[in-house]
Amino acid sequence: MTTDLDALNTAPRLDNQDPTLFGQTPSQTVGPFFHYGLPWKGGADLVGRSDLGARPDLMPPEHFLLATSGVSGAPQGEVIEIAGGVYDGQGTPLNDVMVEIWHANAAGRYASDEDGREEVPLDPHFVGFGRGATDANGIWRFRTIRPGRVPGPGNTLQAPHIALSVLGRGLLKRLATRLYFADGEGNGDDPILALVPAERRDTLIARRRPDGVWWLDIVLQGENETVFFDL
Amino acid sequence: MSQVSSRPISRMILPYRREDAGAPPSLHADYRSTVLRAPRLAPLAIPATLTEVTGPDHAWARLMGPTMADLTVQHRGEPQGQRIVVAGLVLDEQARPVPDTVIEIWQANAAGRYIHSRDDWPAPLDPNFTGVGRVITDAEGRYRFVSIRPGAYPWGNHKNAWRPAHIHLSLLGPAFATRLVTQMYFPDDPLIEIDPIANAVPMPYRQRLVARFDIGTTVPNWALGYRFDIVLKGRDQTPFEEEHDDH
Ligand SMILES: [Fe+3]
Repeated sequence: MTTDLDALNTAPRLDNQDPTLFGQTPSQTVGPFFHYGLPWKGGADLVGRSDLGARPDLMPPEHFLLATSGVSGAPQGEVIEIAGGVYDGQGTPLNDVMVEIWHANAAGRYASDEDGREEVPLDPHFVGFGRGATDANGIWRFRTIRPGRVPGPGNTLQAPHIALSVLGRGLLKRLATRLYFADGEGNGDDPILALVPAERRDTLIARRRPDGVWWLDIVLQGENETVFFDL
Repeated sequence: MSQVSSRPISRMILPYRREDAGAPPSLHADYRSTVLRAPRLAPLAIPATLTEVTGPDHAWARLMGPTMADLTVQHRGEPQGQRIVVAGLVLDEQARPVPDTVIEIWQANAAGRYIHSRDDWPAPLDPNFTGVGRVITDAEGRYRFVSIRPGAYPWGNHKNAWRPAHIHLSLLGPAFATRLVTQMYFPDDPLIEIDPIANAVPMPYRQRLVARFDIGTTVPNWALGYRFDIVLKGRDQTPFEEEHDDH
């Protein structure tokens, strides 16, 4: 008797394919070397065709294989720039962090099948997702449009906000937070801000600097630690 | 009775589940970079809103460009190393396929070196290997890419620290709430057991990160095959809120 060697497989073991272990794939850090793999040129420019977001300075040019942003035209709404530093528990700016944004268009609709509110217009030139690495000084920066208001739980209306993901070396999990605008309509009764202890709300509120940039520092740890959300 | 409101009528929001027992903590002191970077305060639980349950679906090509499913054909010659095929499914927690979602891939070369100026340990670079790829799941949640097996590499976490061979994977999934970045490890790699990053995931869940060698995925006379399924957060069965237009 011989074995069918062509069909022989290795013995099952306790690994990814074991049904007894089935469940959420655990998160792992992006590490320090994500720059040639994730942030594409223009990933942080949701309204134009600049290279904002990428760090081609960190690899030989022939190895920057990521695409350039496919922005198709000018989206509706007020063009804004949002930016800030990312700091660790000793106040050191972090140059190996990546920030992603997700937000609604100027009319308050998400470019997602899950937002089926036909009465609110989609914008063919706006997706609302962006990604950018922090620069050598630990600063993240996006060009986008100011979002409209979207519904909250029950019959509430949320104040204009941008959802942020923070990923980086030393971060085993994505940290989720939000950016609100200091002059945002409805900040006072936003259903999510209302859940944040009053003394910590400022960590989510961007302020407009004299140069027009909406600035929000992200403090990972310690004094003025940014409020992160459990989603 | 119908009630007319001047505010937008809220739709039913089916929230995603929170993380399960396999999630690593933010602070895992053995992985030293977490010590000054992990938030000290617990994350604040918030109800799911439209913001968390939506995501940039169907826009991958527009956002990120076309797929790059073969990491061995991006330069003039073939990269050095053991050619591999990695294939699997992206599923939700109810084991339903997650179609049309992006998986971004990056990894070191066969010698364990990244094409990155901050990686300067003395292992050779391979001019024919960048180590970046991107695939989109099909209607059944399947994905497949071709690469070479990455090497282990040293890092400065502690004396004689070496990362096990791994491939970095980034998924957006269907919603802001399902964002996942992870690492896939190879079976029978003794370094997994002494790696602080892999071990931030408590056992036995750490083994969810270990691919399986699979003869069915292996291509005769061409490439070794590995199976790796990725499970994203699923949705709760019960809606968090209901429509308010019926009473
Ligand atoms: Fe790595």
